[in-house]
Amino acid sequence: MKEYNKNTDEQLNKDTNKNINHSKTSKKENTQSSIFSLQKGVYEKIGNDKRRRVILHSDCNCFYASVECLYNPDIRNKPVAVSGNPENRHGIILTKNEIAKKFGVKTGEPIWQAKNKCPELITIEPHFDLYRRFSNMTRKLYSEYSDRIEGFGLDEAWIDVTDSERFIGKGEYIAKEINQRIKKELGITVSIGVSFNKIFSKFGSDYKKPDAITVINKENYKDIVWNSPAQDLLYVGKATKKKMNSLGIYTIGEIANTPIETLRYSFGKWGDVLWAFANGYDTSPVAKINEQDTVKSIGNSTTTPRDLNNFEDVKSVMTVLCDCVCRRLRANGFKARTLQITIRDKFLMSSNRQMTFDTPTNITKQITESALRLFYRSYSWSAPIRSLGISLSDFSGDNMPYQISFFNDENKKHKLEALDKTIDVLKRRFGNYSLMTANLLKDPELSHFNPYDDHTVHPVGFF
Amino acid sequence: MKQFVSVEAKFDTDGNLLPLSIIWDDGRKFEIDRVTDVRYSASLKSGGTGLRYTCRIGNHLRYLYLDDNRWFIEKP
Repeated sequence: MKEYNKNTDEQLNKDTNKNINHSKTSKKENTQSSIFSLQKGVYEKIGNDKRRRVILHSDCNCFYASVECLYNPDIRNKPVAVSGNPENRHGIILTKNEIAKKFGVKTGEPIWQAKNKCPELITIEPHFDLYRRFSNMTRKLYSEYSDRIEGFGLDEAWIDVTDSERFIGKGEYIAKEINQRIKKELGITVSIGVSFNKIFSKFGSDYKKPDAITVINKENYKDIVWNSPAQDLLYVGKATKKKMNSLGIYTIGEIANTPIETLRYSFGKWGDVLWAFANGYDTSPVAKINEQDTVKSIGNSTTTPRDLNNFEDVKSVMTVLCDCVCRRLRANGFKARTLQITIRDKFLMSSNRQMTFDTPTNITKQITESALRLFYRSYSWSAPIRSLGISLSDFSGDNMPYQISFFNDENKKHKLEALDKTIDVLKRRFGNYSLMTANLLKDPELSHFNPYDDHTVHPVGFF
Repeated sequence: MKQFVSVEAKFDTDGNLLPLSIIWDDGRKFEIDRVTDVRYSASLKSGGTGLRYTCRIGNHLRYLYLDDNRWFIEKP
């Protein structure tokens, strides 16, 4: 059992998670707008605010790998990585345990590359149901300490314990208790950051891993946070880091001490946000349990088992994806106005194209045809395609009134909507493959996948 | 070692679940004399986690786990 680390001066852990800023979609617009609307004077007022908050950020160490190791004691002391299935060309490392980490195995790299570094590496296919169950168990445990718990992916969560301090104990004490209980009750370890805002508490949980507690308060944040590289700050990724370096900014402290106008000039409104983050002026609240996140987009993507070489191939894959996304759209009671497709070729070059419908729709046929048309217009077959994605956004409720048109066949639309509803019921009762369009039978290798029921772990964003 | 077992159990009027006996894979039945403790716990030895019942069976104390609606016991 590791000792409780209330570290103020330990070396920066180089393995901190630096990729949070990538691939996370928008979530909470109110937070963002509130930050953007604040002016410098207001920031400083917030910084000196006497109402101190106590926020924990708990991060399960090597989450997927830890759960797998818990269930397989035989592999616990060996290098283990959870990875996708290489036969379906999903063979990248999703998580690795601490032993594999020591060999230099990195998240996101292909299995062959990882095995070159560590030939004894044991790769396991992911079991997302199990991970989701563990995630729920951690949240349930957190809920004994606060009613403000906001998840960030499956393995991370913020817990606002400001009000709980009075009857349970100090933030550090609560963090220590959570850390011990998760270890005993769930058999995995967590790193917890304790601070006065969400950004610094997240920084704290990344600062020392695994199985540690880091307290960042108003007295020590300049020592701990400000001396760390700029890239350790939430939302500073590779591109931002490069740009920062060109401005002579290398540490978080330098971001904090750069005039806000300079950052605004270079990064636009994100300049304000990063400056506020670096100075500890983040005031975004921790959402309450069960507080519904506003869904802003619904999408699915897939890396296909083989490269797509012609339009027929694309049609097969796109039909399955559109069917799934439209079913999810209807299940949530939405209609969408904007359609976006993502195409990635075999050289991993990605491109996005989007279009807007005249009226919001959730009809599978219409959306599939539009997606194919958009693809047809935008892709020149410069290279075979490796993965395809589709996403719908700009939602309105499916029972909202809308302006019908003289030139559209509204009766046909109603018929298609009724057809979709029937198909949804049939698929729900008899399974995803009970009913499908004939073109999917041409190449089952490409079309036999089920994004609707297979794992859907949605990326999340801070905003 | 992890051994999944059949269990005879009782739900009381408060909805609590109490195991009464463990049925081994060869058909032998072991009555649980007393459950001395119930708590969530991980079993590092056999690999799993869940609600752990500390059961007294004769002179022995055994941990019986309920994980995702399946019972298992830590084999000594």
